[in-house]
Amino acid sequence: MVAAPQAKTDTTMQIDAMRLPEGGAWITAAREEALARLRATGLPQRRDEYWKFTRPDSLTLAEAPRAALFEDGDEPEMFGDMDRLRLVFVDGVFDPEASDDPELAGVRIERLADVAGQDLHWARDLYGTLEAGGQTPVPRPLAALNTALAEDGVLIHVTGKASKPINLVYHHRSETSDALLHHVVKLDAGAELTVLENGPAAARFNNVMEVDVADEARFHHVRVQGRDHERRAATHVFARLGRESAFKSFTMTANGVMTRNECVINLTGDDASAHVAGAAMGDGDFHQDDTVFVTHDAERCESRQVFKKVLRNGATGVFQGKILVKPGAQKTDGYQISQSLLLDGDSQFLAKPELEIYADDVACSHGSTSGAIDEDALYYLRSRGIPRPIATDLLVLSFLAEAVEEIAEESLRDEVTTRLSGWLERRRG
Amino acid sequence: MAALDDRQVKDGVDRETVDTVRQVGGAYKYGWNTDIEMDYAPMGLNEDIVRLISSKNEEPEWMTEWRLAAYRRWLEKKEPTWAMVDYPKIDFQKQYYYARPKSMAVKPKSLDDVDPKLLATYEKLGIPLKEQMILAGVEGADEAPAEARKVAVDAVFDSVSVGTTFQAELKRAGVIFCSISEAIKEHPELVKKYLGSVVPVSDNFYATLNSAVFSDGSFVYVPPGVRCPMELSTYFRINAENTGQFERTLIIADKGSFVSYLEGCTAPQRDESQLHAAVVEIIAEEDAEVKYSTVQNWYPGDENGKGGIYNFVTKRADCRGDRSKVMWTQVETGSAVTWKYPSCILRGNDSQGEFYSIAIANNWQQADTGTKMIHLGKNTRSRIVSKGISAGHAQNTYRGLVSMHPKAKNSRNYTQCDSLLIGDTCGAHTVPYIEVKNNSSRVEHEATTSKVDDDQLFYCRQRGMDEEEAVALVVNGFCREVLQALPMEFAMEAQQLVAISLEGSVG
Repeated sequence: MVAAPQAKTDTTMQIDAMRLPEGGAWITAAREEALARLRATGLPQRRDEYWKFTRPDSLTLAEAPRAALFEDGDEPEMFGDMDRLRLVFVDGVFDPEASDDPELAGVRIERLADVAGQDLHWARDLYGTLEAGGQTPVPRPLAALNTALAEDGVLIHVTGKASKPINLVYHHRSETSDALLHHVVKLDAGAELTVLENGPAAARFNNVMEVDVADEARFHHVRVQGRDHERRAATHVFARLGRESAFKSFTMTANGVMTRNECVINLTGDDASAHVAGAAMGDGDFHQDDTVFVTHDAERCESRQVFKKVLRNGATGVFQGKILVKPGAQKTDGYQISQSLLLDGDSQFLAKPELEIYADDVACSHGSTSGAIDEDALYYLRSRGIPRPIATDLLVLSFLAEAVEEIAEESLRDEVTTRLSGWLERRRG
Repeated sequence: MAALDDRQVKDGVDRETVDTVRQVGGAYKYGWNTDIEMDYAPMGLNEDIVRLISSKNEEPEWMTEWRLAAYRRWLEKKEPTWAMVDYPKIDFQKQYYYARPKSMAVKPKSLDDVDPKLLATYEKLGIPLKEQMILAGVEGADEAPAEARKVAVDAVFDSVSVGTTFQAELKRAGVIFCSISEAIKEHPELVKKYLGSVVPVSDNFYATLNSAVFSDGSFVYVPPGVRCPMELSTYFRINAENTGQFERTLIIADKGSFVSYLEGCTAPQRDESQLHAAVVEIIAEEDAEVKYSTVQNWYPGDENGKGGIYNFVTKRADCRGDRSKVMWTQVETGSAVTWKYPSCILRGNDSQGEFYSIAIANNWQQADTGTKMIHLGKNTRSRIVSKGISAGHAQNTYRGLVSMHPKAKNSRNYTQCDSLLIGDTCGAHTVPYIEVKNNSSRVEHEATTSKVDDDQLFYCRQRGMDEEEAVALVVNGFCREVLQALPMEFAMEAQQLVAISLEGSVG
């Protein structure tokens, strides 16, 4: 358990200055409770144990630091070849013109800003609820802040098998935009949905997604965070899994001066399965942090965490992963691996892979490694006529492959691999 | 452990195993106390107590000032709360900080003058304070060369060192082995140079407290090029009630020297918890090697979690010189609460640190233990093997840090920490911190958690062992890597402890 927050500089004044958006009864109640949670914990501080490896300053400043816009060049649109339903947000505001009609069989899609004025809504039971549950044993103040202040996002209720993925596209058009989005996804028993997310979203982006996966439902999530060099992001995914349900989430992060991705998963039904994976590539002042917390609270559940990071020119990669097995969660199978490849002497990898186990009939393991590229493998490739830069890229891609393979669908896997090799190619000296 | 008579022993069961099991049968066997007249310092802690301890030890002025400075720092410090241990708040004013047997008021000239009651205490603990060849009952002792069979002992009873054996012989080799109070008087230049140089006075709450009130402990100096002719050991015994033991150990291995050091500890069975806050500092100069082994068997409290020692210990080695090496081996079976992280600062190029640990927690014990390997020099290497076993309602946490600094080029670390759970009411936790700040270093961390394998148990039981014996055997196998790193004197005791600590955890 993480120690109580240490004596810290007071953030009460900053929190007191926050004004809740106008809204109907259901959302106002959720926002007020969230603000109370935020008040109780305060904003994250540099000395907080949970922020040991990542400085929260730029994520908590009242004003978002400026982030220059970035030209994608002639790179084709992400997920462009796929049949998908696009919902576009520009600097954190839904853009109906640029989006597809939110009509999909077996799925009800609503915009948070449209329903926030109502007195009652089905999302009432979920909005802020999974986030609140994820505040113990470790507080996640940025998520509480999001619940309190977010004005836009989508509320998705899936009753059957969705025929195509929903793609949330995030554009960044203003150098000073400070965007908050809050999404809720509710999958009924046996329902299936894939959510794709891509784009930088804003100069600073605070994103929360709450996912309730009922018995035997399946949720699949693939995210490609935007390539803007100076953007900052703090994201949270909160998931609750029912019996025999499946949850899969993969995130690719390339560039971005600051990224903190938190994923909080609660396996509450027997025989559920949760896989979280990430591939990150960073260059220069890149700082990327994956913080994952998986709680096993039922029998025979399986969880996997696979995180790979390639770092160069002083980039920093962080991994904080935890598997908590509660009393009675027998026959748990928990696995966790975090690895980094440091391409030069200035980059660093900081990790805290944790296990906390209160049941005896479990198999839990974790591994963490860090090192340079394998010179023997490089030599082998070069001796076969492959130039050094290309050989290096090949080895980097094979290193990242274990994480990419966590994506279930082949077409998505290929798309991500293409992006990864594109990133490497552009940096080939 | 079930009583075993010869009828129950089946063919094929190792005779020794059965004997061992029989020997360790019963509860905590060091729980008795010695009825002896004591001198106490007044209860509580203030500057006068610090001065009193200093004057009892007949310390020079600089030492008194050093302690007082530590005491003032301690007043500003907060008790750490980050460990996964939970215990009632300690009232530092309800403790005695100094307790000395009356008969020790005048320091005995030689072991012959020591109070027979004290000698009998150590005799009963299996640590006879005479210059005997070796601790009783060690297998293969007869064949070992005479030199290797000697063990010098510094025996600490509550706040004072009772006596140190083999001092003359060690002196001939140039090795200084005495109590720290003696060293402060006899070798102030060494103490001034090294004390607090590895664990700074204000390092942490308990180390700062120790710096203020440490009463005794051991001091070792091995001069350049000397291989210490025998194993050195300290045996700590807490006897007095409501008394904290604060010992301080300082080991200096000068260039090219070698020393192997053993530490043992026990305490009587009492309902009130007692505090033990020690500091151990090791300095290894160029090419020096230090091997430090501990069997920690403080009273763990009863099966309902009543009583037991709070063991808050700071142990750290500074591998200052190039090619120096320090190896920590610990078997942690006792104490109600353990908070202990023997660490290595690998400052010298090509220096090495090793940490082998078995932590066993049963009943309501809580152990939060591990190591820190701080790589500063080039080509430094470290290896961590930690085995945690939890049974009953115990909580066992491995907490560690591996840090590769930017300048620690071409360094290596390998960490393996495994946990074994016996029963579904205990917990096992792993909290490693990994910080890699250069790319020529390689860090590997592995951890697993599992339960005692049913197939292995079934195999053992099929061959006629009862369930407890079978568990002890499987657990011994699980711990083997660490047990093998222990010096011979300890290996046997540790194996027995592995069995005794798990007593009652099956079924």
